[in-house]
Amino acid sequence: MAKDLPLKIEAHDFSFYYGAKQALHSITLGIPERRVTAFIGPSGCGKSTFLRSINRMNDLIDGTKTDGHMVVDGVDVYSKDIDVVTLRRRIGMVFQKSIPFPKSIYENITYGLTLNERPSKSDLDSIVESCLRRSALWDEVKDRLHHSALGLSGGQQQRLCIARAVAINPDILLMDEPCSALDPISTGKVEELITELKDTYTIVLVTHNMQQAARVSDFTGFFLMGSLIEFDRTRSIFTSPSKKETEDYITGRFG
Amino acid sequence: MMQTSSSSMPLPKRLIGFFAVTIAMTAAVAVLGIILGMVGSFISNGGDGVTWSFLSEFPRNNNTEGGIWPALAGTTFLVLLMTILGVPVGTATAIYLTEFAKQDSWFARSVRFAVNTLAGVPSIVFGLFGVGFFIQFMGNGIDSWFGTTSFGDGSLLWSSATLAVLTLPVVIVAVEEALRAVPRDLREASLALGATRWQTIVKVVIPNAVTGILTGSILAVGRGAGEVAAILFVGVTYSSESIPSAVTEKFMHLGYHLFVLSTQSPDVDLTLPLQYATTLVLLGLTFLLNLTAILIRSRLRKR
Amino acid sequence: MEWSIRLVASASIIVIFLILLFVMREAATLFVSASTTATESTSSSAPSGDLVPESYDPGAADAPSSSEPEVYNPDAEEPATAEPAGEPGAPGQFIYASKNPKYPEIYNPDTGLLPADIDDVESEAETPDTLARQNVLTKLAGDSWQPVGEVPKFGLAPLLIGTAKTTIIAILIGAPLGILAALYVAFFAKRRVREFVKPAIELLAGFPSVVIGFFCLVTVASFIQDLTGVQYRLNAVVGGIGLSLAVIPIVFSIAEDALSAVPKTLREASLALGSTEWQTAYRVMLPAAAPGVFAAVLLGIGRAFGETMIAIMATGNAPLSSLSPLEPARTVAATIGSEMGEVVWGSEHYGVLFFMGVILFVFSFSLNAVTELYVKKRLIKKFQGQ
Repeated sequence: MAKDLPLKIEAHDFSFYYGAKQALHSITLGIPERRVTAFIGPSGCGKSTFLRSINRMNDLIDGTKTDGHMVVDGVDVYSKDIDVVTLRRRIGMVFQKSIPFPKSIYENITYGLTLNERPSKSDLDSIVESCLRRSALWDEVKDRLHHSALGLSGGQQQRLCIARAVAINPDILLMDEPCSALDPISTGKVEELITELKDTYTIVLVTHNMQQAARVSDFTGFFLMGSLIEFDRTRSIFTSPSKKETEDYITGRFG
Repeated sequence: MMQTSSSSMPLPKRLIGFFAVTIAMTAAVAVLGIILGMVGSFISNGGDGVTWSFLSEFPRNNNTEGGIWPALAGTTFLVLLMTILGVPVGTATAIYLTEFAKQDSWFARSVRFAVNTLAGVPSIVFGLFGVGFFIQFMGNGIDSWFGTTSFGDGSLLWSSATLAVLTLPVVIVAVEEALRAVPRDLREASLALGATRWQTIVKVVIPNAVTGILTGSILAVGRGAGEVAAILFVGVTYSSESIPSAVTEKFMHLGYHLFVLSTQSPDVDLTLPLQYATTLVLLGLTFLLNLTAILIRSRLRKR
Repeated sequence: MEWSIRLVASASIIVIFLILLFVMREAATLFVSASTTATESTSSSAPSGDLVPESYDPGAADAPSSSEPEVYNPDAEEPATAEPAGEPGAPGQFIYASKNPKYPEIYNPDTGLLPADIDDVESEAETPDTLARQNVLTKLAGDSWQPVGEVPKFGLAPLLIGTAKTTIIAILIGAPLGILAALYVAFFAKRRVREFVKPAIELLAGFPSVVIGFFCLVTVASFIQDLTGVQYRLNAVVGGIGLSLAVIPIVFSIAEDALSAVPKTLREASLALGSTEWQTAYRVMLPAAAPGVFAAVLLGIGRAFGETMIAIMATGNAPLSSLSPLEPARTVAATIGSEMGEVVWGSEHYGVLFFMGVILFVFSFSLNAVTELYVKKRLIKKFQGQ
């Protein structure tokens, strides 16, 4: 399948536990660089857990543990000497619900940049503009950069969150059902954005919307009850799935 | 295009973060330490003094010997009378706020504002209010209208009334929280069965909120039992030959007793063991009351 | 039925008005007697005319009640009968008696007034001392507080300085501790730790203030003295520490509520951008909860300056105008608490104490109004966009 492409993220026998409950069962897959990879599956199937394991957001939950390896750029992110903060700066994340900070649009974008250093005002200005342009938001908000980000519409907020994630210049963008709270028009804009961003970033997308996976992704993985059932080029998954469960799911027989 | 590279976090920033979190933790530990130190010092210094005779005897020899029985009894009478006077009003207010008032109505907002204000008024001001309103106005008014002589002076009654006013916000907040925890479905189910609003409140809402009324009362009692400033000149006395037998009598009070023993008596050092023992009893009492309320409340919240 | 419960529910509002009315009523005796004396001594008198619309002549007691100040109307008809009858304790009496301290009824038999005090009062009335007859506002503006003596001095300055001193110390200690502990509990602590620490600190709120005062009196005072070798065992620092123990649980629980109310998703979003826990707390969570934390500090201030028992027991209670934190201090609330019991009811001193009560009430009312109206609006604005 994707053997010909360089892999950005690799999971080897990766398992995940919430306390005693196992949420992921020995996942093994490779996510190719600068492509959009989508994970689909019914709710509770583990696709979000897998996504959040890549940048170790699951660490925030008490009593979780992992098994196997999650490798990003050839390094196991769960090995002892890995610094979570640095890891997360290389991996941007966009959440299901847009979560702008209760600050101005400008401050939202510059938040990640000013954590470690103090870039000059002109640097910040140009980064803000370029990020907002990339997320197709510039024309809509350029006159109110210093207004509260909470005044934006839901779709604009989500694109702002993407711009904010892009601002710290990560290699990878994780998106956890980024459009589930959006109307179809906003969804369209975000999808368009994803397609544009994939030239620069490795994008991993979790969605419950199969059409979305089919529209924007190059590769698709199907999760069921904590296991990866099938992983292949999106075209193959949707036209000729090799597993019966996958076929049942994409043809709407369950889920 | 201008982009800063994704850099790793510089060491100083990391250290600041680590120290800041440590400092926050230290603050929490320090506060806990103070509490434990306080309680520990009271227990180690006063533990031996709390005996049955200490609890059951009258003070002797100008408060330098003997026990605290009249103070214990006076405090109990005080909080009981306070509960009788205050809890019904507080409960009714909470019922009004949750069951009747439109949340944005001018009246409901005023009541809420008043309740919050009342909670912030210094207790000494309640004491002045007790003098100015209950004793001077009500008491003297009753005396001059009915020809009595016993109301125009500080007493158990006026102290209880003052504390009832002071603890009103405590009751209202606790009961309101409990009433809000009663699921809306339950009310709607009752109304849908043809019950009137009052029937719903009496038969459905109040039974479900009994724990809240209980918590509110306990918290109010805990507050009232330890409150000294508000009753300083509304009827408390530092020595009494008997347990009050009428609401118009003066009474002894645990907190005031401690205050008098530790600051007003001629030989403070002599009575130090008594002071520690009194502190321990007073603290134990309020501690138990508050703990009970916290436990009931946390059970309520879980449900 | 609904109306009856609505009436009961309005009790809180009524009580607020009653507190203001009746505490002011007792305080106002001060201004009436003051303006009385003022009209006697000088013709162009009374900056206190704000409170008393018309300059009040003692002879007017017999005149139609329309010439009387509004506040006193309930008692306006009584003086003629009450004076000869001499019933101690009729409501109107204190007012009228206070205007002329010669009347023996002024003292309440129940306060156990000492004969010496009567002499004081009478001699003060008989000798037309210019100081004693000063306008009351001038007296309150004086720089020393000596309420008992030949010439009582009612200067509020030492008390206000003492209040400010102890309150500032209490807030400087209590606010950071309370807020940091709240930060720890809200963001950094593991759930099991949080479930223990939070109720434990909240239990401190239930400690009777007289118990905290006692602890400061016997333990903290010795500790501070051993530490610094100060001359006065009880001083503003000891008092401030004591008050901070009352402030901490208030600041803690309000700040913790505000911090916990910040959506957890903000924390995730910030951490996902590669910020540390502390950066997240400091740059995202704390600003988002800032109005609530501000409210916590304001209410902490309200608690500190209004607290009586700790202030009486731990500050040394001496009305000095010193700014040094290691010298004794006396707060407004402590003054009321320690002097109200011995004061002649209806006297000028009595009126001054009630006047200080009005100050406390107005201050706490304003603090609450600021938190209610301003802070809540800010919070709502913050989470709903502008």
